[in-house]
Amino acid sequence: MTDAPYQVGQHPDLPPPPSTTGVIGWMRNNLFSSWANALLTIASVLLIYGLATSLYKWGFANADFQGASRNDCTSGGACWALINVRFGQFIYGFYPESQRWRVNLTFIGFLVALWPLLFTGAPARKQLLWYAGVYPILAFVLLLGGFGIEKVETAKFGGFMLTLVIGVTGIAVSLPLGIMLALGRRSDMIFIRAICVGFIEFIRGVPLITLLFVASTLLSFFLPPGTSFDLLLRVLIMVTLFSSAYIAEVVRGGLQAIPVGQQEAANSLGLGYWKTMYLIILPQALKISIPGIVNSFIGLFKDTTLVAIIGLLDPLGIGRAALADTKWQGLAGEVYVFVAILFFIFSFSMSRYSLYLEKKLHVGHES
Amino acid sequence: MSEALVSDAPGSVSADDVLIQIIGMHKWFGSFHVLKDINLTVHRGEKIVVCGPSGSGKSTMIRCINRLEEHQRGQIIVEGIELTNDLKKIDEVRREVGMVFQQFNLFPHLTVLENCSLGPIWVRKMPKREAEEVAMRYLERVKIPEQAAKYPGQLSGGQQQRVAIARSLCMSPNVMLFDEPTSALDPEMIKEVLDVMIGLAEDGMTMLVVTHEMGFARKVADRVIFMDEGEIIEQNKPLEFFENPQSERTKLFLSQILNH
Repeated sequence: MTDAPYQVGQHPDLPPPPSTTGVIGWMRNNLFSSWANALLTIASVLLIYGLATSLYKWGFANADFQGASRNDCTSGGACWALINVRFGQFIYGFYPESQRWRVNLTFIGFLVALWPLLFTGAPARKQLLWYAGVYPILAFVLLLGGFGIEKVETAKFGGFMLTLVIGVTGIAVSLPLGIMLALGRRSDMIFIRAICVGFIEFIRGVPLITLLFVASTLLSFFLPPGTSFDLLLRVLIMVTLFSSAYIAEVVRGGLQAIPVGQQEAANSLGLGYWKTMYLIILPQALKISIPGIVNSFIGLFKDTTLVAIIGLLDPLGIGRAALADTKWQGLAGEVYVFVAILFFIFSFSMSRYSLYLEKKLHVGHES
Repeated sequence: MSEALVSDAPGSVSADDVLIQIIGMHKWFGSFHVLKDINLTVHRGEKIVVCGPSGSGKSTMIRCINRLEEHQRGQIIVEGIELTNDLKKIDEVRREVGMVFQQFNLFPHLTVLENCSLGPIWVRKMPKREAEEVAMRYLERVKIPEQAAKYPGQLSGGQQQRVAIARSLCMSPNVMLFDEPTSALDPEMIKEVLDVMIGLAEDGMTMLVVTHEMGFARKVADRVIFMDEGEIIEQNKPLEFFENPQSERTKLFLSQILNH
């Protein structure tokens, strides 16, 4: 086909050649661009198919979901009966069974509080934000009791509920703390800067597990004798401090990427330090830092499993207890796959949300 | 000192009309002496163009006026307020002094309208609606009201710089500082920015403009200041300055920028 003749300066816009567009074009470019690529494509498809079918057989087709002991699992696949029997413990730990509705209510309340924070389009956002502000107090009372509700000790907390308590508190507190540390590290005031640098470098230089051991043993030496200081609270403080040091470094990276002209423009309008940070610098710096911040959050969330080592029963601790049961021996695969799925659901949601946020904030900002 | 005062007085303005006074000001960057014994008086309504080779300290000098740079010796007095380490006074001065930058420095995460209404809302404590009216008024004045809802990244360089001018004007400053406002622009966009600045000058705004646009200087300036190596070498009315430069360095500079 030859193009129609045209006048110089009047060349019409032509559509691209059909072989470069559409499904066929895409496949040709991405899957079968060469012999080697075509072979790789076919080999990968076969591999994925093989893995998926055997996983399906193990996990669903040949799996047992009901039973009272390992002996009831006769189909040859996974024995989910164990998870079924221990499900309550995996989720609630040793929270009294009659009170588990409080945990459920707290979780639903958490989702409602999260909604206006994560999505600017939430209806009645203003009222919901107020609610999100007081939610921590509600959750505290609901989970621990008091004000006429039966009291539950934190030692009874366990399972995935414990993971969420540590993870959510750590995330919610370490973000503002990390931002303040990052600002402090860039401060002109030498003492503030020195304190922030010292804190960040110390925390980053020490493994979390060490801090948790300090929390579970040493801390009582530093406190006045006779004060009992809840173990969960100590763990929460350590996890939060640990995470805030990492957040601080991520945020500092974002702050450094903002041109100094932004600060100058804000200053020349007469905006003071805090207003400049709040209105101009932090919105831009945090936007850049989103992937790193969420990365830290996911790390924190998964690091909560370390508390099993100092005796708190998170899902891994519960899992280990379940495996020690003589009725259910040899089911490590099932237990760890189940715990992995629980963690994956939350970590993957965070990861997707971060991508959504990046896309949303990107609108019209390129310059 | 006395010499500076004599050459400073253009026409017949009374001493009450002094808006900015810089007396014996020095500044160092580390051990590098960038500004040496700067004496300058700016009267209300005056338009001053500052020119000179790059590195001569002209940008640094006007950046000292709203304390984006700190001076180490001498005095800078703006609207009767002396610039010291007192943060309150610095903010007070900054409220009265508008600044336009070479790189525009618009806030990329805010719309054009938000860029303009931010100052009035957060510094002047104006209600949002009123601040937006003010913003629209100045956006009309710089002839881009239709871009109000866009983000800076969606505008051309010339449009961005006009927004930056509008943003400064929204604070109703008494004096506007321009730091090479057209140097980062493509040639075809320089005129639209200069036209806005000429309009501003015609309305009587006090202006200090660091620029190489000598056409603008001829047309608008009451006084042209030539700086080199941190000193004010020469200042004069534009006609005199261009036709009859006094110092050798001024002659050399003018021959370099005018003959190409």
